[in-house]
Amino acid sequence: MIRRAATIALLLALPVAGVVAGNGAGGDYATLPGGSFRSALDYEDIPGNVRVAPFAMMKRPVTNGEFLAFVQANPQWRRDRVPSVMAEQRYLSHWAGPLELGTDATAAQPVVQVSWFAAAAYCEARGARLPSWNEWEYAAAADETRRDARKDPVWRERILAWYSRPSSSALPRAGLQTPNAYGVQDLHGLVWEWTDDYSSLLVAVDSRKQGDPDNARFCGAGALSMDDRDNYAVLMRVAMLSSLDAPDTTANLGFRCVKDLP
Amino acid sequence: MKPITRIVFAAVFALALAACDGGDAPPDTSRPTAGADEGGTGGSRKGDFGPPRGKPVEAVLTSPPHVPPPTGRDYPAKVVVELEVIEKVMPISEGVDYTFWTFGGTVPGSFIRVRQGDTVEFHLRNMPDSKMPHNIDLHGVTGPGGGATSSFTAPGHVTRFSFKALNAGLYVYHCATAPVGMHVANGMYGLILVEPPEGLPPVDKEYYVMQGDFYTTGKYREKGLQGFDMEKAIDENPTYVLFNGSEGSLTGDKVLTANTGENVRLYVGNGGPNLVSSFHVIGEIFDKVWYEGGTKYQENVQTTLIPSGGAAMMEFHMEVPGSYVLVDHSLFRAFNKGALGILQASGPEDKSIYSGLEVDAVYIGDRAQANMQAVTVAAEAASTGDLTIEDQIKAGEALFLGTCSTCHQASGAGMEGVFPPLAHSDYIAADPKAVPRVILHGLEGPVTVNGTDYNSIMPPMSQLTDDEVANISTYVLNSWGNPGGHVTKAEAAEIRKVKPANASAGH
Repeated sequence: MIRRAATIALLLALPVAGVVAGNGAGGDYATLPGGSFRSALDYEDIPGNVRVAPFAMMKRPVTNGEFLAFVQANPQWRRDRVPSVMAEQRYLSHWAGPLELGTDATAAQPVVQVSWFAAAAYCEARGARLPSWNEWEYAAAADETRRDARKDPVWRERILAWYSRPSSSALPRAGLQTPNAYGVQDLHGLVWEWTDDYSSLLVAVDSRKQGDPDNARFCGAGALSMDDRDNYAVLMRVAMLSSLDAPDTTANLGFRCVKDLP
Repeated sequence: MKPITRIVFAAVFALALAACDGGDAPPDTSRPTAGADEGGTGGSRKGDFGPPRGKPVEAVLTSPPHVPPPTGRDYPAKVVVELEVIEKVMPISEGVDYTFWTFGGTVPGSFIRVRQGDTVEFHLRNMPDSKMPHNIDLHGVTGPGGGATSSFTAPGHVTRFSFKALNAGLYVYHCATAPVGMHVANGMYGLILVEPPEGLPPVDKEYYVMQGDFYTTGKYREKGLQGFDMEKAIDENPTYVLFNGSEGSLTGDKVLTANTGENVRLYVGNGGPNLVSSFHVIGEIFDKVWYEGGTKYQENVQTTLIPSGGAAMMEFHMEVPGSYVLVDHSLFRAFNKGALGILQASGPEDKSIYSGLEVDAVYIGDRAQANMQAVTVAAEAASTGDLTIEDQIKAGEALFLGTCSTCHQASGAGMEGVFPPLAHSDYIAADPKAVPRVILHGLEGPVTVNGTDYNSIMPPMSQLTDDEVANISTYVLNSWGNPGGHVTKAEAAEIRKVKPANASAGH
């Protein structure tokens, strides 16, 4: 009896250890300088550029292995114990069991099927938080060599190529792609990612109605429309996030955390 | 039954053939000729109701989206139209200005409304500060040039000509001064409605909308004053496709309005100069469309084609409140080039006709979970020491799709001049070990692949493990007509240690 329990504990610990050793610790952050940049979104209450304070961002999305360690330490986030108002029934449903990844989820793949509440709780447990949309967008504007590659049609096409890839194929491991100019990986081409303020990304339910007076209902911080309509890559991400509620999960939606810098 | 069917088919074929052989066929005297007979209005032959009567009438001209009131007359009159050509800078989009050439100071130009049989005395004035001479071709005119031959007007001049409006219908007018396409592309078009003698059925709201395509030197929404780009116009590749001459002309506080329970009629023209419009109102069905602005109407239409230099009238009854979006259903024009407007309907909801969102529930489909089997198998095989080339290729393919394919494409074709091809690559054939080397150390500087020069930077993929580099390399070497072979984990580890001269900078 004792021997069996020990074996299980060892098995569970292995994938996590493997990730930490193989890819740098899950809490491995890149430092991003602050700056002012043009968001692809048009904020009614912020004319012109958006200011972003310096912050640190996880180099890659949180993995299954890392999230498993979190659930082990915080059993209230087990899929069989989490309240349904915090995570819908598909929460971690790709895992073999509440505390077992199984064959369909490798430790190195980004964790998906996580609700916004679970993602926020994970970051909090690590002394971090989810990024704001602007922080995420600021980091994701970079390609491998430039901090703002958004005007480069070739780069846009590369991002869009991911969108046209079928989601039935398995997710690659986190950290497989080349780091961008800030040293951050996988902002594009792997999974969608939760942002802290995703619920204020109000794209009209029928986004064909830009400039519609109906939008007056959404005035204030949330009222926005796409300022850069060529940038389909960003538009689709915003549309995706705006379709969700906080307990929702999807097979292509994960997250990463950020920290404020002193 | 069968023989009869066959005979009917034969008759259909005969008709089709007759229609095809055009001018060579002798005139078919057995069929009634089109025109002044049952069902037809008689067209221009029955459009002359005699000399004008009563006092001359000053035409009421309106700016878009407004439409002048019905003439309300039951006799032909002399109608005086005074239209001014104004060249002016106006916004084409937010923060983007364009030098429009206009009839009456707006794009489209002023709406003109007369009655069939009216004699129209047309005064065309060209502002003294205009740069260009202009004229006008009204498609509702019977006569050479549609008025253009009699209205060529230099800056600071006024010309006059008269015509009798013999055909009822909705007609485009436009400038026909060379280069005609450019004058039209700058906004010189509008609509003239020639009412049938009995007038049009009364409706609650009438609006005037006209589509046009615009060609600016700058990109879509590039700020500042934009010039006209002749090359784009010739290529028929517009920067903007717009309703009523500017992005936002029918949105925001300028939406068209109606109430539920009302009948709305739109007079929609297409100035072009190039594109044909697939005009559609999202969420409405046109109860009636007088297609091409003619006499007969079609019922229950979703989308109606409006040719360049053509028009249509459409009528619909508003049942449900909300926003109805006018678009050219060639949709990238609507959402990326501006061809979009809003009709806002107010009134009480009618949930029996449109319920609104009733349910948003979790839906669990039965798709199997994707898995990383190929990679897992390869990893297991590698750890037990019996990795085959086939295992490596399978694992490499999955990894390639997750990283390399964003630039080199899943097909290995790359992007001509930007990302070199990996398929049938003479570069790889000449040096197969270049594959793992370039993956690990990147590549900077000029290379020639399959006869095309490339000079960009591939960053080093040093984030990949030796296993992954070996598998991706083996996959590439064994795909798309490349020479084959394989790369082992140990080889990848060796290559990782030796940085070549043309390595690119890492992070």
